Amino acid sequence: MPLWWPLVLASLLFAIGVYAVLVRRNAVLVLMGVELMLNAVNINLVAFDAYFRDVLHGGQTLALFVIVIAAAEIGLALAIVLRVFRTHGHIDVDRLRELADRDEPPAEQPMSVEQPPEADQPQPVEGQRVR
Amino acid sequence: MSAVQVVFVLLSLVAVASALLVVTTRNMVHAALWLVVTLGSVAGVYLLLAAEFLAWVQVLIYVGAVVVLLLFALMLTKAPTGPQPDLNARQALPAAVVAALVGALLVSTVVAGFSGVDVDLAGTVVGSAKTTGATLFEKWVLPFEVLSVLLLAALIGAIVLSRGDDR
Repeated sequence: MPLWWPLVLASLLFAIGVYAVLVRRNAVLVLMGVELMLNAVNINLVAFDAYFRDVLHGGQTLALFVIVIAAAEIGLALAIVLRVFRTHGHIDVDRLRELADRDEPPAEQPMSVEQPPEADQPQPVEGQRVR
Repeated sequence: MSAVQVVFVLLSLVAVASALLVVTTRNMVHAALWLVVTLGSVAGVYLLLAAEFLAWVQVLIYVGAVVVLLLFALMLTKAPTGPQPDLNARQALPAAVVAALVGALLVSTVVAGFSGVDVDLAGTVVGSAKTTGATLFEKWVLPFEVLSVLLLAALIGAIVLSRGDDR
C-alpha cells in the first residue's frame, strides 16, 4: 500500500475537523471536530509505525496515549460545557463573549486600583489610636 | 490493487463521507451518530495498518465511551432533536475556505514528500495485545504512569467542575 494513502486520509479528516471547529456554534459539535482532528493524527502515527516497522511500536503506543488524553479531554470539556449551560442557559460559542477583547474602556475601575486607598485608610486610623 | 488496498479505499471513502456529514448535518444527534461511523471506519484502517489492539481500543473508548458522553452532553444541555437551521455560524464560507486550504496544504505536502514510498504490510509485526502490552510495560512504563496520573487529575477536575455551586 502506498504510504501517502493513509496520510491523505488523515489530512482530509483533519481539514474536516478544522471546518467543524471553525463553523459550528454548539460547543458539543465543536468538540466533535476536535475528536476528528485527534483521529487524523492517530492515523498518521499508525501509518508511520507500520512504515518504519518500529521495534518499540512507538507510533502505536503514542496513538494509544493520544486516545487516553482525548478521553480525559472530552470528560473535562463536557464538564465545562455543562457548567456553562447551567450558568448561561445555552452553549452557543458565538454568544459566550464575557472574555472577549473590547475596544471601549471598562466603566468601573478594576479591583487592583481600588484596593490601595482601602489599604491606606486603616493606617492613619491606627496612628490616631496610638496617639 | 490488492484486496487490502480495495478495503482501505472503501473504508477511507466511508470515513471521509461520514465525517463530512458530521460537520454538515442540521441534526445534532445525527452528527453524533455519524461520528460513530467515522470512528468505526478509522478503527478498520487501524486493523489494515497492523494495529490490532489499537483498533479495539478505538472501538471501546471512542465508540463506546466518547460518543456516549457526547450524546449525554447533548441530552443534558437540552439539545433539540429536530433539524436546526442555525447550527452553523453565519461566516461559513470563510471557514470552508480556511479548511479547504488546510486540507490542500497537508495533502500536497504528504503527496510531494511520500509519493512512491510503499508500506510493506506483509512483514510487519501485528500490534496485537501481546506485543503492545509487552512494549508498553517494558519500554514505555514511565509515560504510562504519568498518563495515569493525568487521567486521575482529569477525573477529579471533571468531578469538581460539575459538582455545582456549593462550596
